[in-house]
Amino acid sequence: MRSRTERLELIWHERPGLLGWLTTVDHKRIGLLYFFTTLVFFGAGGVEALLIRTQLAGPNGTVLSPEAFDQVMTMHGVTMIFLFIIPMTTGAFGNYLLPLMIGARDMAFPRLNALSYWLFLGSGVFLYAGLLMRKGPDCGWFCYTPLNTKEYDPGLNADFYALGLIFNSMSTTAGALNFIVTIFKLRAPGMSFNRMPLFVFAMLAVSFSLIFALPPLTTDLVFLELQRKVGFHFFDVVHGGDALLWQHLFWLFGHPEVYIIILPAMGIATSIIPTFAKRKMVAFPLVALAELLVAFIGFGVWGHHMFATGLSIGTLVFFAAASMMVVIPSTIQIYAWLFTVNLGRPEFRAPLLFIGGFIALFVIGGLSGIMFAAIPFDQATTDTYFVVAHFHFIIFGAAVFPILGGMYYWFPKVTGHMYHERSAQASFWVTFVGTLLTFFPMHIVGLLGMTRRVYTYHAGFGWDAYNLSETIGAFILAAGLLMIFANLLWSRFRGPPSGPDPFFGGTLEWTTASPPPPYNFPVIPTVTSPYPNWDRAQGELVLDLDHGHETPATTVRDGHLDEILKMPSESGWPIVLALAVTVLFIMLLTAHFVVAGIFAGVAGCVLVAWHVHEPAEA
Amino acid sequence: MTGRTGLSRGVLLVGAGAVLAGCGSGQSTLSPHSGAEHSITTLWWVMFGGACVGLAVITVLLLLGWIRRNRASLPFGGSERAATRLVVGLGIGTPIVLLTALFVWSDVFVIRSTAAPAPSSTAMTVHVIGHQWFWEIRYDGGEASTANELHIPVRTRVVVVGTTADVVHSLWVPELNRKIDLIPGRTNRVLLYADRPGTYLGQCAEFCGLQHAHMEIVVVAEPRARFEQWLHGQEATAAAAAGDRLRLFMTKGCADCHEIRGTPARAHVGPDLTHVASRSTLAAGTIPNDRVHLTAWLRDPQQAKPGTKMPQLPLAARDIDELVAYLEGLK
Repeated sequence: MRSRTERLELIWHERPGLLGWLTTVDHKRIGLLYFFTTLVFFGAGGVEALLIRTQLAGPNGTVLSPEAFDQVMTMHGVTMIFLFIIPMTTGAFGNYLLPLMIGARDMAFPRLNALSYWLFLGSGVFLYAGLLMRKGPDCGWFCYTPLNTKEYDPGLNADFYALGLIFNSMSTTAGALNFIVTIFKLRAPGMSFNRMPLFVFAMLAVSFSLIFALPPLTTDLVFLELQRKVGFHFFDVVHGGDALLWQHLFWLFGHPEVYIIILPAMGIATSIIPTFAKRKMVAFPLVALAELLVAFIGFGVWGHHMFATGLSIGTLVFFAAASMMVVIPSTIQIYAWLFTVNLGRPEFRAPLLFIGGFIALFVIGGLSGIMFAAIPFDQATTDTYFVVAHFHFIIFGAAVFPILGGMYYWFPKVTGHMYHERSAQASFWVTFVGTLLTFFPMHIVGLLGMTRRVYTYHAGFGWDAYNLSETIGAFILAAGLLMIFANLLWSRFRGPPSGPDPFFGGTLEWTTASPPPPYNFPVIPTVTSPYPNWDRAQGELVLDLDHGHETPATTVRDGHLDEILKMPSESGWPIVLALAVTVLFIMLLTAHFVVAGIFAGVAGCVLVAWHVHEPAEA
Repeated sequence: MTGRTGLSRGVLLVGAGAVLAGCGSGQSTLSPHSGAEHSITTLWWVMFGGACVGLAVITVLLLLGWIRRNRASLPFGGSERAATRLVVGLGIGTPIVLLTALFVWSDVFVIRSTAAPAPSSTAMTVHVIGHQWFWEIRYDGGEASTANELHIPVRTRVVVVGTTADVVHSLWVPELNRKIDLIPGRTNRVLLYADRPGTYLGQCAEFCGLQHAHMEIVVVAEPRARFEQWLHGQEATAAAAAGDRLRLFMTKGCADCHEIRGTPARAHVGPDLTHVASRSTLAAGTIPNDRVHLTAWLRDPQQAKPGTKMPQLPLAARDIDELVAYLEGLK
C-alpha cells in the first residue's frame, strides 16, 4: 500500500524534460513559463528605456534616428504594458499563486491556461519580429488615427501593432475567463466569498476588467486593420468616418487598463503587509470592496485622456467628476495599509520595504493624477512630460514595486530557498533612489514645457539638467533591478532552505511545502477565515482526493462542497493551436488572406481534436 | 525609512525651487502671460501645496509605522475600531470634501477661462492649420498667410481656429493658454491673449510622426500699430522678383509645393514663402533663418530634419546660391 503522497505524486506526475514543459498544464509550471518569458520582455523594454534616456540625456541627441526612436518608444510602452506587467501579474503571479491561495489543485481549465501562455509567447515574438525587422510599431502605444493609417504609416509597422495586440488580447481574455471560473468554483470548502484573500479579490476585479476592457480595443484594432488592408473607412473623415472614434474606443480600454495594471499590485501589497505587520488587514471588507470598486469606476473615466480634443463642456465635467470619484477607493486602501502597519508590529524586511516604497510612489503618482481631473490644468499639461512622470509613478512605482517585493516574498515558496536579506534591502534602496531620480524631474520639465515623444530637443529651455538627472537615474534604477535578479539567481542555488513557511504568512500557500508538490495540497484544506494559516480549522472534513486527478468544486457564494472535478491531463494541443494561430496572424500581416483562412481552418480542426481526444484518466 | 522620506521631500523642495527659477524659458506653464494661463498656474500652485500636505501625512504615517514598530497600537491610543474609523474618515470623508472643493473651483469656475471664447467676445480670428511638420497660419479677412510665426496684437482677445491638414496635432503655447488638439474633421478654438509684448514659444503636443519634435511655433505679441504694420506687409504680394531667380524657383521643383503670392507659384503643400525672409526660423523652429542655414537646408533638408516632406532636390551649388538670394529678398 502506497502512502497518500506517493499516490498523489503518481497521479499528478507530468512527463520530465523539455517535452514536459511544452505540454504542461500544471498552473505552477505555466506560471514559471510566464515568469521567465515576461522577464525577457522586461529586459527588452528596459533596454529600450535606457536607449530613450540616452538619446534624451542632453539636447540634440544623436544616438537614435527619428525612425528608431519612434519604434523604440512605442515598443517600450507596448512591451511594458502588454508583454511585461499584465502577463507578469496575471500570468506569473496569478497563475502560480491563485490556486494555492484558494486551496485548489489547479486552475479551472488547465489546458486553456496552457493555451493562454503559448498565445502570449506567440504574440510577443510576433511584436518583436516587427522591431527586429526595423518595421516595429512606431505610432506610440495609443497610435492615434490617422497617423496609423496606410497614408501616413505605409509600412507594416502599424499592422504589427494592431495584429500583435489582437493576438495578445486572445491570450489575456482566455486567462481572465479562467481566473473568474477558478475563483468562483474552485475555492476550498469553507472559503465563502467574504473569506477570500484580498489578492484573490484583486485578481477577480482584474479579470472582470479585462473581459470588458479588451473588446473595445479589439474592435478598434479590427476597424484599423479593415481600413488598412481592405479599404474600409471607419476613421476616414473624407468618407464619413470619425477620427475621434479611435480615441474613444482606445481609452474605453485604456483607462480600465491602468487599473488592470495596478490592481494585482494592490493585491500583492495586501498579501505582504499583514504578513510582516503580523496582523490581519484593517477594514478588510472595505479594502475588498475598494478593489472591486476601482475596477468598476475605472470604466467611467476614459474621457479624461481626451480633455484637449474639444469635447463639450458637459462631457468634460462628467469625466472629471468620475475621475475624482475613482480616487476614493484608492485612498481607502492606502489608509487601510498604513493603519495595518501602525497597528501591527511590522518587521521591515525587503518585501515590506518595497511595499513602503510602493505606497510613497503611489501617493505621489496619485496626487499628480488628481490634478488631471482639474480640467484646465489637464488641458495645459496633457501630452507633456508631466504626464510621463505621473504614469511612471503609477506604472513603475505602484505596479512594479509590489511585483519586485512580491518576487522576494514568494521566492522561498517557489524555490524552497531564502533570498539574501541584506542585499535585498540594499537593492530596494538603489531601486527606490533610481526611480525618484528618473521620474521626479519629469514633472518639472513637463511644467517647463517639454512635450512627450520628442526624439530630441533644443538647448535653452532649462530642461537639460533635469533630463541628465533622469538619464543617470535610469541607469541607477537598472543597477537596482540587476541587484534584485542577481540576488534571486544566487539564492536559487546558494540560499539556505526556507522551509514551507518562513514568514508565517496568513494565506493557504504557506500551509504546503516549498516548492509546492504538483498536487499542491496533500489534503484539501478547510477554511474558516481569510487568514486560514493563522486560524487553523478544526478539521471536521478530511478531503484527500488521492485516487484520481481531481480537485473539489464549491458553491460560488458560500464555498460549500459542490462536486469533485476530474482534471484534464497534460496535452500537446494548446501549443499546436497557438502555433496555428501564430501562422494565421503572420498570414494576415502579409495579406495572404487565403492562407490565413486555411490556418483558421487548421486552428478549428486542432480545437476539435483537442476536445474529441480526451485521454482516459490515470 | 528616514532616508527615503527625507529624500522624497528633498527632491520635492529642490523641484519646487527649480520650477520657480525656471521662469523666462519662453515655454513654461509657470510663467503665465495671460489671464487664462494665470488661472491655470494658480490652480497648479494650490494643488501642489495640497499635494505636499497629502504626501506629508502619508509620509508621517509610514514613519510612525517604522518608529513604533515594536508597539502594536496607534500613537494616539486606540485599536482596530479606531483604525477602521480613521480609514473611513481619512480615506472617504477627507477626499470627498477636498475633491468636491477642487472640482467646483477648477471644473466649474477656472474652466471658463480656458474654454473656447464666445464668438462675439473676440476682436480677431486667426486660422492655424497643422501640417506634418509645420503650422500654416491664415488671418481672417485678408490674404495674409504665413507659417510657424503667429503675430497678435498685445492685450487683444484673439481666437485661434485650429484644424489639421493631415494627422492629429496639438497647438500649445504654454505661457498664453491651454492646448487644443487639431483633429481631422473637427474645428477647435482657443483664446490667445498676451498681457505684454513679447515672444512666446509653443510646440506641437500630440505625437504626429517622425518630426513631431521639430514642430515649433512662435507667437509674437506686439503693440497694435506694429502689428497692423506687420499684417499689412504680410498681406502684400511678393516684391517683384528678378526674373531669372523666379524662373529657377518655378523650374527646379520649389513651386510644386510652395506658394509665393504675386507669382505663378501657387501650390499649397509646404509653407507659404511670400514673406519667408521676415520669419526668424526655418522648418518650424528647426534651424535659424539665416544665409548659412538656408543654404544647407536647400542643399539637403533631410539632414537637419530627417523625414521632412521637403525632398532633396538635385540643385547645383550656383542654383542654391541664387535661390537663397531670392528667398532672402522675400521680406
